Amino acid sequence: MIEVSHLTKRYGSRTAVEDLTFTVESGVVYGFLGPNGAGKSTTMNILTGCLAATEGRVSIDGFDIFEQPIRAKARVGYLPEQPPLYMGMTVREYLAFVARAKGVKIPALDKELERVTAVTGVGEVADRLIRNLSKGFRQRVGIAQALLADPPVIILDEPTVGLDPLQIVEIRELIRSLGRDHTVILSTHILSEVQTVCDRVLMIHRGRLVASGTLASLEEQFAGKVTYHITVKAGLLEAREALEAVPGVLEVTAGETGADRCTLAVSVSDPGEDMDERLSFALSDRRIPVLRLEREQASLEDVFLALTQEADQQNAGKAGKGGRRHDGDL
Amino acid sequence: MTAIYERELDSQLNGLTGYVFGALMLLFGGIYVMAIHLEGAVDFTTVLASLTFIYLIGIPLLTMRSVAEERHQRTDQLLYSLPLSMTKIVLGKYFALVTVLAMPLAVICLYPLIVNALATSGAIPLKAAYGAMVGFLFLGMALTAVGLFISSLMESVGLAAGACFLVMLLLYFLTPLTSYISSSALTSFIAFTVLAALLGVILWRMTKNGAFALVFAGVLEGALGVCYALFRGKFGGLFADVVGQLAVFDRFDSFTYDIFDIRSLVYYVSVTAVFLFLTVQSMERRRWAS
Repeated sequence: MIEVSHLTKRYGSRTAVEDLTFTVESGVVYGFLGPNGAGKSTTMNILTGCLAATEGRVSIDGFDIFEQPIRAKARVGYLPEQPPLYMGMTVREYLAFVARAKGVKIPALDKELERVTAVTGVGEVADRLIRNLSKGFRQRVGIAQALLADPPVIILDEPTVGLDPLQIVEIRELIRSLGRDHTVILSTHILSEVQTVCDRVLMIHRGRLVASGTLASLEEQFAGKVTYHITVKAGLLEAREALEAVPGVLEVTAGETGADRCTLAVSVSDPGEDMDERLSFALSDRRIPVLRLEREQASLEDVFLALTQEADQQNAGKAGKGGRRHDGDL
Repeated sequence: MTAIYERELDSQLNGLTGYVFGALMLLFGGIYVMAIHLEGAVDFTTVLASLTFIYLIGIPLLTMRSVAEERHQRTDQLLYSLPLSMTKIVLGKYFALVTVLAMPLAVICLYPLIVNALATSGAIPLKAAYGAMVGFLFLGMALTAVGLFISSLMESVGLAAGACFLVMLLLYFLTPLTSYISSSALTSFIAFTVLAALLGVILWRMTKNGAFALVFAGVLEGALGVCYALFRGKFGGLFADVVGQLAVFDRFDSFTYDIFDIRSLVYYVSVTAVFLFLTVQSMERRRWAS
């Protein structure tokens, strides 16, 4: 549905997005993930034709956003980071304006407005001035605006920022429901949002794509790094000796140590199910009481931290060799 | 385009500025008509010539919000993401502003008829009056395009209004100002040289391409030097003449002599086209470096 190839955006000497290449398939909810200033908004602005790229191509449903902007834009609904709302208009007036500007003909207008207000739940505030709406409703109106004229692609830039927890849940449900018949790309720096809403992840850091794929595949890549947190009622040396004897254990590091108990972090190479048993048997064989045994799978957070640190180290390495790099951090 | 036009018109009519513009126009129109006709004269064109002064305040009021406000409220992002060409968006906005401009003028069109109905001696020649009215509208349209362009350059409404007022003031007093420019060939040459350098700087600021701007300015300066060496005589007073060409307000004068001046109308239409084109360019440029 969307093809991005070798996209680069420079502001003067600062590079905000560097050589970004990815493909977005239709009917999938994508999470565009990255820390603040990673280049998410810049990329989204380019995808929607609001910003020109320095290099690279973007095609939406086969139409190049730079060469056939009108046709490409007609296929995208966009909610920028700050919803572009005219404060002095009522919700109905505003949506009617956007619909007409998007080419919805007058006979079809009422039906289209009805459809969009029903989906986003802004019907009850339809005749109120946007100025007087709460942030949650403004966000909804912003999403409603993106949905008008029924574009196949919906791009939402940080749609849940600044909302209260209840509103966040509602907006996420709304996005999930949109995902049923639209291609949705939403940007966020909140990992749990990606976990609850998205099917696939595009991770971006300092303007570069560091990882992409389904949630499961990303977690699997890092599944080798399973860590156990074990608290035992015994001395540190004794416990460590017992654990290090277990086949498959890579490293045992000491955590907190109390008067008669200690906590250890055990990283293992073989994350098989019987590892739990082997560890607990090894301890009970030596009559060491286990107070807690917890298996920690690499979460999306870990994946993200690992990837961004990796990228930073690479950058630092290159900079050290004399090749100065400009990165997209604000 | 109609959607943009309707929204812009709606925002003008829901705000205060459109009405203030109309009120100023009607108030001073009324005062001038009364003042001039109380003296017994039957001349509507001088009323309009005096009224051009209202454009000094009216045009900044009318145009200041058009683009600057969108930028300030970040609604310009919607405009950029809509499946509409920038030309259509700019034209939609422009025609909405012209509609607001034309509303008080339509009312003023009634004044000659009222005066003629009440006059005891003499009547306003209607042909000349309405000819001048057309010229007055075209002048307003050209100035509106200038104001729209200035608004498109600014981030804040206040700044847009201030800059627009200064430009209007400069245009209004351009002819008296040009009389202070020395008419020697050397002065003209120096003035053109400075202008070419300035153009280079503007080009550099807009394209961020130093080499290109330098070459451009260099070629321009070179051409100027060659021209000066070859046709020194022609340079006398040339700068003042060129600046005089920009005196938008003065083009209206011919209408006060009962001349329906097609050349002036063509001039106004050209000014309008140039500034609308510049507005589109200035909006498109934002796409490159926002």
